[in-house]
Amino acid sequence: MCSLCGVMSKEHWAELGDGRRARVFRAALLDRVLSQFGLSVAAWAGSYVVRDAKGGAAVVSDLGALWVEAERLAGRPLDPLDPGLLATLSA
Amino acid sequence: MKTPVVLVTGFLGSGKTTLISELLARPELGDTAVIVNELGDVGIDHHLLRRVDERTVLLASGCVCCALRGDLADELRDLLDRRDAGEIPQFRRVVVETTGVADPTPIVNTLLSDPLVPHHYTLDTVVATVDGMHGLRGSESVKQVAAADTLVLTKPDLAEPVSLDALERELEALNPTAPALRVAFGNVEPELLLRGPEHDLERLPTSPSVEGEHAHEIHAVCLVLDEEVDWVAFGIWLTMLLQARGADVLRVKGLLDTGGEGPLLVNCVQHAVHPPVHLHGWPDEDHRSRLVVIGRGFTGEELEASLRAFCGAACPG
Repeated sequence: MCSLCGVMSKEHWAELGDGRRARVFRAALLDRVLSQFGLSVAAWAGSYVVRDAKGGAAVVSDLGALWVEAERLAGRPLDPLDPGLLATLSA
Repeated sequence: MKTPVVLVTGFLGSGKTTLISELLARPELGDTAVIVNELGDVGIDHHLLRRVDERTVLLASGCVCCALRGDLADELRDLLDRRDAGEIPQFRRVVVETTGVADPTPIVNTLLSDPLVPHHYTLDTVVATVDGMHGLRGSESVKQVAAADTLVLTKPDLAEPVSLDALERELEALNPTAPALRVAFGNVEPELLLRGPEHDLERLPTSPSVEGEHAHEIHAVCLVLDEEVDWVAFGIWLTMLLQARGADVLRVKGLLDTGGEGPLLVNCVQHAVHPPVHLHGWPDEDHRSRLVVIGRGFTGEELEASLRAFCGAACPG
């Protein structure tokens, strides 16, 4: 399954067998990651809501779609090797 | 039960058709359907495989990886329909032969992501042929090797032993997860190629890669983590990595210690990710997580520092 375009009628590979608790935990970790790029994330009704600081928002159903929308809202690539991000996560 | 698909890729003239023809001559592989992708108007390879014509579908005048992915899915579905209608004999597996210039990634993606195909088929393994005389031929050849679960070095009888040894070292550096078999005239035991994705996992390196000179811009790095890997953090990390650097990450394959009895097998070819598989046990005594990443534009140290930071954020303290 494609990590970027989602999974078309199937669960995303990273979310197989997820319960609500896992999704909330994932949203919290995503929120910490994306705060480095000026975005926030919350779990909402089986989806994720991604917001920027200017009122922009997107509702996505899985991780694959989340990165596409987060990148669009941030207006730049979101690199997991970004030294600033790693410093934030390690703080 | 899903029908396994074997994807055979390899550069032009590297011996794909010879290999497939010899495999299909084996009685135990008689119940195999073949889909051949040909460039150009005359499907020469198709005729070489006419022994199984009845179940051979030719995708003509286009490369299956960039133009005919829909056709591949259509043909796979059509094979099932014809089998169920009794129009063709029963088959237990499908071999898809790509064109020599095909990047196998979109084909893998089609097999894993099409709305219907994954319900009926499972991508069992990717085999890449490499010409033992001429070695790797350009970027597509490198991508084919990176995507492979098993490598077949063809024409070993025509190559100098020294150059064959050097080619094996080159392939090992490029894709250490895939064993390389020297095969003359397609003469190989089928079970060495058709063992599914869970074979040879003991080949996954148990020591981190050492940065140094690489023969290609694309190379493999190996990450080894002593501590348990948080699956949620790993999923976030890998999906983010593939979004940001998908074009430069050709392959990820590894075993993760996520706290269960056995490891979790992770296997993806660029954006195409196999559903993770929980294995019953580790392939050897070393139970540390190990991950091979094949691509360009990153070092093993960078990837490991990033993955550790994500996992550390999930499990502070």
